[in-house]
Amino acid sequence: MVEFKMPSLGADMEDGTLVEWLVKPGDIVKRGDIIAMVDTQKGLIDIEVFDEGTIAELLIKENEKVPVGTVMALIAGSNEVIHHLEKPVMEQVSETTTPKEVVKAVGIPETPEPKHRIKASPLARKIAADKGIDLTRIIGSGEGGAISKEDVEKAIIEQMAPLAGANIVSDQLPDQKAESIEIKKGASTESIRMAVAAAMSKSNREIPHYYLETKIDMSKALAWLMDANKKRTLKQRLLPVVLILKAISKALVEFPDLNSYWADGLQHKEAINIGFVISLRTGGLMIPAIHNVNNLSIDEIMNSLNDIIPRARAMKLRSSELSESTFTVTSLGEKNAETVYGVIYPPQVAIAGIGSITEQAWAENGMLAVRPVLNITLSADHRATDGATGSRFLMAVKKYLLEPESL
Amino acid sequence: MNTGNFIKITYREAIKQGIREALQKDENIFLMGEDVGHYGGAFAVSKGLLQEFGSERIMDVPLSESGFVGAGIGAALSGMRPIVEIMTVNFSLLAMDQIANNAATLLHMSGGQFNVPLVIRMGCGIGRQLAAQHSHSWEPLFAHIAGLKVLAAGTHEDARGMLLTALDDPDPVIIFEYTFLLNKEAEIPTTAGAVDITKAKVLRQGTDISIISYGACIHKALDAAKELATAGINAEVIDLRILRPIDDSTILTSVKKTNKVLLVEDAWASLNVSSEISARIMENAFYELDLPVQRLSGVEVPIPYPKHLEDAALPQTSDIINQVKKMLQYG
Repeated sequence: MVEFKMPSLGADMEDGTLVEWLVKPGDIVKRGDIIAMVDTQKGLIDIEVFDEGTIAELLIKENEKVPVGTVMALIAGSNEVIHHLEKPVMEQVSETTTPKEVVKAVGIPETPEPKHRIKASPLARKIAADKGIDLTRIIGSGEGGAISKEDVEKAIIEQMAPLAGANIVSDQLPDQKAESIEIKKGASTESIRMAVAAAMSKSNREIPHYYLETKIDMSKALAWLMDANKKRTLKQRLLPVVLILKAISKALVEFPDLNSYWADGLQHKEAINIGFVISLRTGGLMIPAIHNVNNLSIDEIMNSLNDIIPRARAMKLRSSELSESTFTVTSLGEKNAETVYGVIYPPQVAIAGIGSITEQAWAENGMLAVRPVLNITLSADHRATDGATGSRFLMAVKKYLLEPESL
Repeated sequence: MNTGNFIKITYREAIKQGIREALQKDENIFLMGEDVGHYGGAFAVSKGLLQEFGSERIMDVPLSESGFVGAGIGAALSGMRPIVEIMTVNFSLLAMDQIANNAATLLHMSGGQFNVPLVIRMGCGIGRQLAAQHSHSWEPLFAHIAGLKVLAAGTHEDARGMLLTALDDPDPVIIFEYTFLLNKEAEIPTTAGAVDITKAKVLRQGTDISIISYGACIHKALDAAKELATAGINAEVIDLRILRPIDDSTILTSVKKTNKVLLVEDAWASLNVSSEISARIMENAFYELDLPVQRLSGVEVPIPYPKHLEDAALPQTSDIINQVKKMLQYG
């Protein structure tokens, strides 16, 4: 039996509200199926399942708000038999039966995690439970590190500010009027602003950034693009950013230290999932991930962008798109500032900044010329890497963009 | 001294006015006790009442607590409304059998036929260097007994008015009066009279912590709260007033507001009134607590005679201030 848990859709997410189950017990699901819709401060998210099997039991009711990691449903593997007969017995065990115990009841041995007891006042516990705050993340100010009401309230303000925003502003969801489901709370301009504020404050507070910048002559890349676009319909046309994303992904393969998380040390991430910053018209940002960019063709990357940008603006993203990025790219697009230095999105360790490609005076081989120039920057976490790594990474990106045919 | 709608009187005078008003109101009410008549009361509370009301209504009794409390119970059973004064709580143990076995039980034992409308007043409290045998805090002992109502008159209003309401009660009521306060002056409304005897009272509103006490101790709690306010701590002070049956709602309302509780009383810590209040808070407001409930109680020794040791044996204003600061970590 597999536990289907409330996923974390970003380091700043503490909990989510199940808005609707799209499956019922007995339904057969396969990897990638969307089985639930969950409301977070980032909006209504389709939640995918990563296992195959049959839905055995839905443990969470619709409109219930649960912390990240809460078991929401049990999925029986394809060879497992669902023990319907045992169900009444399990129900008798009463509501206090935790999902874990249910798993044990059907005979899957599980080693219990050693749990140290958290010292918190009854009131602090109650508030934390109500607000979905994880007490393990709070350092208590009381005697012997006991967590008080005040500590929890501070944590709510610090970590859950976006949620507070979501509570205050309801029924202001743009682009979601057509939803048949009644949504009481959702992402609002304000809550997204608060989510960005919380993540960026955390980043600036905790991450020692270092910054590098280089200029890349884009004439070859743009010529290659123009040529390539001749063969494509208007819809399929490629944008320069696609080439840049591809170049970055290939460079990341060479520098895995930059495609990592920093959490109690450096953790390399196998997949290269690039989070692409999309600014919302109403203010605030969404950072959906494009998965395995290094394995995608240029056209596939373009298709991904065409798919993801309108969905991000409509706040209709999938859970995996919001939670799984391993590196971020912020791109200003055309006719904008030439240089952008990003702020790292924790727990990632680097972000690349793509400025507008502008015509600049360019000295080469003792001659001056005018070239389309890209200013590309890297903001990286100095705990994870040093400037030398970052610099070699930027040189690798440059190398790829100077040989666009290699992409 | 009369200042507008308030009058400044001593605690002693407040008690006396209460007794006088009761005697004037109802001919069935009479006062009996050691030296209450000719001597004017051991603490001069009933001075002049013999002359005003005569020896039928102000009755000196022999030095036999068991005897005259029993006589009071008999009078109550026969339709009278006796006020029995036991000079101090220290001698009440001699009358304990009458109180616990007769006054408290007769209604039950008679199948509801016989109420015992008896009021017993006792002087009590510590702090006057009377040594171990005359410094008892037996409030918890009486508050333990089912069948009694137990009141603690910590304020002048209650000294003035509790007796009147107690006399209207069809069942036995014990009133603790605090001899330490007898000469203390305070302003009470000129219209002061009978008071409610079912509810605890918030004497000072606050938001940071609830200091719950009763009897003479409430004045230390109020002084502490005043001092704490200068340090930015807003303490709520509650006078329990009724030690049996305890008014849960006032306490729980306060706990829900402040989430922190300090209980203060002179009686020894083991099995005192605070123990009971603490247990009730655990039972009914556990999830409102942000700190463990704390108690300041009498040190568990026979109360010493020397002033400095007597002071050290009791919770003092400074102890309350320090304990609150410690709890709130203003330290």
